[in-house]
Amino acid sequence: MSALDEIRIVFFQECEEQLQELETGLTAMAGGETDADTVNAVFRAVHSIKGGAGAFALKQLVGFAHVFETTLDEVRQGRLDPGPEVMDVMLRSADVLNDLVAAGRDGGEVEAERTAPLLAELERLAGKGPGGHGGEDEDETPFNFDDLDFTPVAFDLGDLGDLDGGGDGPKFRVSFRPRPELYAKANEATVLLRELGTLGPVSTTCNADALPLLDALDPEGAYLAWTIEISGDVTEAQIREIFEFAEWDCDLTIEALGLADLSEIAVPDAGADTGISVADLLARIQGELTGAPAPEAAPEAAPAPAPEAKPAAEAAEKPAAGGEKKEEAAPVIRVELPRVDKLIDLVGELVTTQAILSQRLEESGAATTGSDLMNSVEELQRLTRDLQDSVMAVRAQPVKSVFQRMPRIVREVASATGKKVGFQTRGENTEVDKTVVERLAEPLTHMIRNAIDHGLESPEKRLAAGKPEEGTVTLSAAHRSGRIVIEIADDGAGINRSKVREIAVNKGLIPADAVLTDEETDQLIMLPGFSTATTVSNISGRGVGMDVVKQSIEALGGRLVITSRPGFGSTFTMNLPLTLAVLDGMVVRVEEDTLVVPLASIVVTFRPQPEDLQMIGAGQAVKVRGSTLPLIDVGLKLGYRTAPADPLTGVAILVEGDNNRRVALLVDDIRGQRQVVIKSLEKNYRPVPGIAAATISGEGRVALIIDVDAMMSDQSFDQFILGNEPIAAE
Amino acid sequence: MTKTILTVDDSRTMRELLRSALVEAGFNILQAEDGIHGLEVLRENALPDVIITDINMPRMNGLEFIEAVRADRGLRAIPIIVLTTESDPAKKDRARNAGATGWIVKPFDPQRLVGAINRVAA
Repeated sequence: MSALDEIRIVFFQECEEQLQELETGLTAMAGGETDADTVNAVFRAVHSIKGGAGAFALKQLVGFAHVFETTLDEVRQGRLDPGPEVMDVMLRSADVLNDLVAAGRDGGEVEAERTAPLLAELERLAGKGPGGHGGEDEDETPFNFDDLDFTPVAFDLGDLGDLDGGGDGPKFRVSFRPRPELYAKANEATVLLRELGTLGPVSTTCNADALPLLDALDPEGAYLAWTIEISGDVTEAQIREIFEFAEWDCDLTIEALGLADLSEIAVPDAGADTGISVADLLARIQGELTGAPAPEAAPEAAPAPAPEAKPAAEAAEKPAAGGEKKEEAAPVIRVELPRVDKLIDLVGELVTTQAILSQRLEESGAATTGSDLMNSVEELQRLTRDLQDSVMAVRAQPVKSVFQRMPRIVREVASATGKKVGFQTRGENTEVDKTVVERLAEPLTHMIRNAIDHGLESPEKRLAAGKPEEGTVTLSAAHRSGRIVIEIADDGAGINRSKVREIAVNKGLIPADAVLTDEETDQLIMLPGFSTATTVSNISGRGVGMDVVKQSIEALGGRLVITSRPGFGSTFTMNLPLTLAVLDGMVVRVEEDTLVVPLASIVVTFRPQPEDLQMIGAGQAVKVRGSTLPLIDVGLKLGYRTAPADPLTGVAILVEGDNNRRVALLVDDIRGQRQVVIKSLEKNYRPVPGIAAATISGEGRVALIIDVDAMMSDQSFDQFILGNEPIAAE
Repeated sequence: MTKTILTVDDSRTMRELLRSALVEAGFNILQAEDGIHGLEVLRENALPDVIITDINMPRMNGLEFIEAVRADRGLRAIPIIVLTTESDPAKKDRARNAGATGWIVKPFDPQRLVGAINRVAA
């Protein structure tokens, strides 16, 4: 990969960040936060994207960003009021900018039908279009992509014949008298003289006439002047380029001596910087052709006769950074993900090895409690665990990055359905493993579409129901019991249970006489084959059903639960692990094998007493904490034995799964708690019902991690709940 | 002697482009992400031969940064080249008024960049 390719990757990563900044900033502005910091951050985001895009010749992106930036600048200058109409254009422009970045990355283009109307609106807002306002001190010329190309124009005037004076005598005489400002800006006369010397043979004369006596000498004054005669193959443009930065702060004249060499007059900056017009250039050529000295040079090469300094713009640049700014961020380094993952893998191996070592030492009798060896072993265990926690934290990222993509979805669906939606997010800084963050985007997108399309009622219906016209969708994240819980809540009509039930029965998904609680009924909408509404909407129905959503969440070790209150709305709750790499588990024995029960699911462990046991139907039940729950023999269920074990000889573990459903798992013995490194069974072997994953036990053997919810699965109708479909609320 | 250039830009892309061009041309480089960071880097390192700075940056923008450098007796002699996105004369004037030594227009051509450095670096 070339260096430029690598920088290109950096550029697009940075674009993502800037686009998020933009979204956050615009959303804040739309919400009324139009302070200078917010507006500047928004402006800077677009400006940055434009700057980088130029380096990669992404013209469409540069062009759009430029117009967008110009309009944002109007807001920044206080000339354009960021009212709802303006913000609507800005937000939609951000969406298009998003697409343009994606197109730039993937090598495509965005159709002009998408960009053109917004460009027109942006220009109108900036006061450039018909009916616009202001803009008198802005660049009046319509934006031209070619303005952004700074490739020097190669002038080939070779046809003009041999006008070369012969190249013997000096060709130019440069008179150069610096003013004090030149030195104050850290330009240096000697450097300029040195650079002139690189062009060709020079003859330099220093003029010290202005040098005062020592007592009158200002150490920061400028008293010396030089006259330099240059010969050789040199052009005026080359000389002028050397003085490009200095000529404002010095008296400079460049005289052509005799006939100049016209064969290679270059136009510096193609007019971009020095603003030499073709007319000026022709005049100069004319002068040289007639052998006359070049027309007075200094003022002519001054910046373009474009609008003069913009006081308003200047004023705005300053407050941009005045005073204290946002909180200091900790220093950051960027590390390639594979390196982190390698580290995590190694630490995982280390944890396993440490566990094996501890166990062997214990078994060998060498490490007795309180002995130095045992203390060292415990210290090693503690350090290993700290190391693992620290390494895992490296992969943690706030969910912000994915949450920030949602407002756009909301806008799109709202405008497609004609519904009014207020969208709120909470807990954006909640951190979770990077992979989880990344894989959240799709299910979230789909659920938010659903929430608006199916959850919220039309404005008329809402008003009729005595609700505010605008519906609310809330997306929130929080840490709970070592997991992350993400909720999507709407204040719509809620799930129409009788309709859901009717559909499920009609589709043969549940028996007509099934007895279901409200809660259970709500979950039906996640069944595969549960087709929704009578009218298919093109918003939710983008080919991704809720069954796929649920699967993708489960693939992350998560659960999806729906709760609904008729008339008040629905809440989709995702409960996900913070990391996909380790798990706190209780190590248990079943027959001769070691299994792991996720600690997060465990409520309590207990030894069943004879008086608490009873048979319910064909199954065993146990009374614990006042309620009677199914007692599932893990050994029997997973096929370790064919006859049920005696509950009185084993240990029961009360576990809680989705929807707060509880069962007791019967195992033979408990060996302790341990953090285990998760190894995917699907990746290394194949999916096994009832088993979530595997790990390596302290003995160095494979231990299976129990899937608690799968254990409960045939205790009720839950066997049906494998996938789902969106449901129509109306 | 190898010259050292400090680049101050909040855009990682620009920093990388500058780094790539400058290292290719044989310069040592220091990097900073905004004006405040730039001043910190100047405090904590041997002084660079040239500073290249962006204008639009969070916390402390390029103009304030240039003013701060020019106001510091120990730093004021360091040439500063400003990176501007377009050939906006007003912007260039503001940079010059703040004390910029020279300027480069983005997207920059590595050769022009090196040329600009040579015209200001002692």
